[in-house]
Amino acid sequence: MDDRQAILSIGVVALVTIALRFLPFFIFGENRQTPPLIAYLGQVLPYAIMGMLVVYCLKDVSLTAAPFGLPELMGCAVVAALHVWKRNTLLSIGGGTVCYMLLIQFVFA
Amino acid sequence: MKKAHLRAAFLDTIPVMAGYLFLGFGFGILLYQNGYGIGWALAMSLLVYAGSMQFVLVSLLSSGAGLISCALTTLLVNARHLFYGISMVDAYKGSGKKKPYLIFSLTDETYSLVSSHPAPEGMDRHSYCFVVSLLDQIYWVTGSVLGSAAGSLLPMDLQGVEFVLTALFVTIFVEQWLSTKNHMPAVIGVASTVVCLLIFGRDVFLIPSMALIAAILVMTRKAGRREEHG
Repeated sequence: MDDRQAILSIGVVALVTIALRFLPFFIFGENRQTPPLIAYLGQVLPYAIMGMLVVYCLKDVSLTAAPFGLPELMGCAVVAALHVWKRNTLLSIGGGTVCYMLLIQFVFA
Repeated sequence: MKKAHLRAAFLDTIPVMAGYLFLGFGFGILLYQNGYGIGWALAMSLLVYAGSMQFVLVSLLSSGAGLISCALTTLLVNARHLFYGISMVDAYKGSGKKKPYLIFSLTDETYSLVSSHPAPEGMDRHSYCFVVSLLDQIYWVTGSVLGSAAGSLLPMDLQGVEFVLTALFVTIFVEQWLSTKNHMPAVIGVASTVVCLLIFGRDVFLIPSMALIAAILVMTRKAGRREEHG
């Protein structure tokens, strides 16, 4: 791919992303009262979306071939356990990630 | 703006800083390995500024994908941002000059902070969100530029570092779970997505998942209301 094409591709990706981010704010503008349904969705969606993003991150894990998603499962379990225990975000993320890296580099290599 | 407020906002962004420096670094390295140097990393992290989509963009560039498939892929991968917008419409009302940047910089991680953290006492909520959003993008740009500069001279084996993104979302998920009594939305989110992943496959399941989540949430709202009135 030459540079001109690459720049165009990046431009398209940037524009679509910006459009998606701005659209709701254009539809439910500054002066209009937000419809109750949208206000309700605004309250409950954060919980549902975070669940969706967790699944999204794990979408490429294969449960039918070795290592059967074990490193990911163990990594997530460590993150969750650390967080329930200490409720320290940085510790949960750091501990879980290091644990996962060790697992795939040494245990399941 | 008071120093104490800046400090409080900064402390809230530390988890994202760790995640973004890591992830951005990985992105910079990947981009460099595909033949695009620092300038490209800087431009993409400034203008596109969408973590997972930038990783996808690297593979689009290296596979020579056309503009239409670039647009469609972005639509699929980033459609979830519509949801972030919907849930921040009220919160960002009246934010004036800060508004365009607040909306532009609404990434997964920034959303997770601005939608869940209250502003420190005495600090205007919009200023707080603005500082958090700006710091987050600075981390991301810094990470990707450093990664690109480091290029081939890897200090260590970073295989598996991408798990930091999963770990971030799991952490927020658990934090939200512990902070509320109503677990229905969280359960609906996970269950709907898993069902759609099984039915539609990993390439296109996000949009059906979002439709299903929205539909079930709307239906359970009506059911809840009926109980209240009945």
